[in-house]
Amino acid sequence: MRWLPCGADAVLIECASIEETSAVRATVTAADLPDVLEVVPGARTVLVVTRPGARVLARVRDLVEGADLDHPPSAEPCLVTLDVHYDGDDLDLVARTAGRSVDEVVELHTGAEYTVAFTGFAPGFAYLTGLPEPLRQPRLVTPRTRVPAGSVGLGGEFTGVYPRSSPGGWRLLGHTTAVLFDTRAERPALLSPGDRVRFRRAG
Amino acid sequence: MRSIEVLAPGPSSLIQDLGRPGYAHLGVPPSGALDGPALVLANRLVGNAASAAGVESLLGGLSLRARCSCTIAVTGPPVLVTLDGRPVGSHVPVHLAEGRTLTIGTPETGLRCYLAVSGGVAVEPELGSRSRDVLSGIGPAPLAPGDVLPLGSPQGVPVGEDELAPLSPAREFEVPVLLGPRDDWFAEPASTLATRWTVTSESNRVGLRLSGEPLRRVRDGELPSEGIVTGAIQVPPSGLPLVFLADHPTTGGYPVIGVVAPAALPALAQARPGTRVRFRPQA
Repeated sequence: MRWLPCGADAVLIECASIEETSAVRATVTAADLPDVLEVVPGARTVLVVTRPGARVLARVRDLVEGADLDHPPSAEPCLVTLDVHYDGDDLDLVARTAGRSVDEVVELHTGAEYTVAFTGFAPGFAYLTGLPEPLRQPRLVTPRTRVPAGSVGLGGEFTGVYPRSSPGGWRLLGHTTAVLFDTRAERPALLSPGDRVRFRRAG
Repeated sequence: MRSIEVLAPGPSSLIQDLGRPGYAHLGVPPSGALDGPALVLANRLVGNAASAAGVESLLGGLSLRARCSCTIAVTGPPVLVTLDGRPVGSHVPVHLAEGRTLTIGTPETGLRCYLAVSGGVAVEPELGSRSRDVLSGIGPAPLAPGDVLPLGSPQGVPVGEDELAPLSPAREFEVPVLLGPRDDWFAEPASTLATRWTVTSESNRVGLRLSGEPLRRVRDGELPSEGIVTGAIQVPPSGLPLVFLADHPTTGGYPVIGVVAPAALPALAQARPGTRVRFRPQA
């Protein structure tokens, strides 16, 4: 683990693995320190932003270094199941790349349980880890200028859902009608870091 | 209901308060007034709490008609403010009777004027804030002619006794920077950052884009996505840095060479294209 400076009021904690990243995020979030403004996980890092001048970064460090990261505090487990119509434009490409049939690709994608590692790109866009090896595939060489909201795709070690229409370079498997982000909802983001996710074939 | 009507928005007028920190883990930028102290001052002049929502007006041009008796103050760079065509001054509380029109001229220096109105702009908040986030499209739409903005109830007493001479933003200034987290991705990060940079016209509420001698990387590739703070100086493959402002993306894969001291951000928010910036890096 490396502690990288990030301005006077934040620290970027670089972790050895995505599991350690998840444990550090859970540890800092669960402690709910009053002067911690943001706990932002990345793929291999956790950014902790504190109130300017609060001088609590040392406390954050004591907390993380004193924690049992093999047994991080677990918040109430949240399992979200998303119904997916597997009709994506890149389904055949994904099947070809994986050397499997389209049905086998769907079975692989629906058979795994995923974890929200981090978000970014757009509000509510969750990067899910746990993708079976044959589905870990490169992004499109030429990103699409418009990917419809609800599109389910994969890129690199991640799978996820586009919360709204945007440009995008992930290979598209299908779509869901679930609302991924709504500022007026009690849970504005359907998927937040640490949540478990399963995909289910719809219809 | 108390309200005020938009007659003309100028180039861009956005409702802003102090933003919505606390949602970065869901991919939501902090947003909020780029020149926070200017909005806080405007609010204080009209008797509002610091957190009340006002209007951030890019290059002025904003014209409003009062639909109730209210008090308004305009802050930011020095600018001509008129009441039914008669100059009334910026950085002071101005009383508007119902039906009167207040217009902000174009500032000769700086970029963003802030207008506060007694009671605050009371549009529906989203995620605890009324700020318009231009990256995500969260928050109230940019002001358009004919918009009627609801106002809250006046809370405090306008303070007029401490008129402040507005500061003219400088054409060249120094910006303190703390190096890291990824300064080790660059050749001689401190000395190369300390050269002179020029603000370009590609800048917006997401970030201030700079031109100059490109920073040289000593490593190739991208980082796994990592969290970004406001003030982060990110360096894309072009080597030309950008300073992330309030509507910045919450994660990104290009290395951040250093982070601007928070106290310097309001001045950067007022830096017009062509303004020269010299970073003063500290380890």
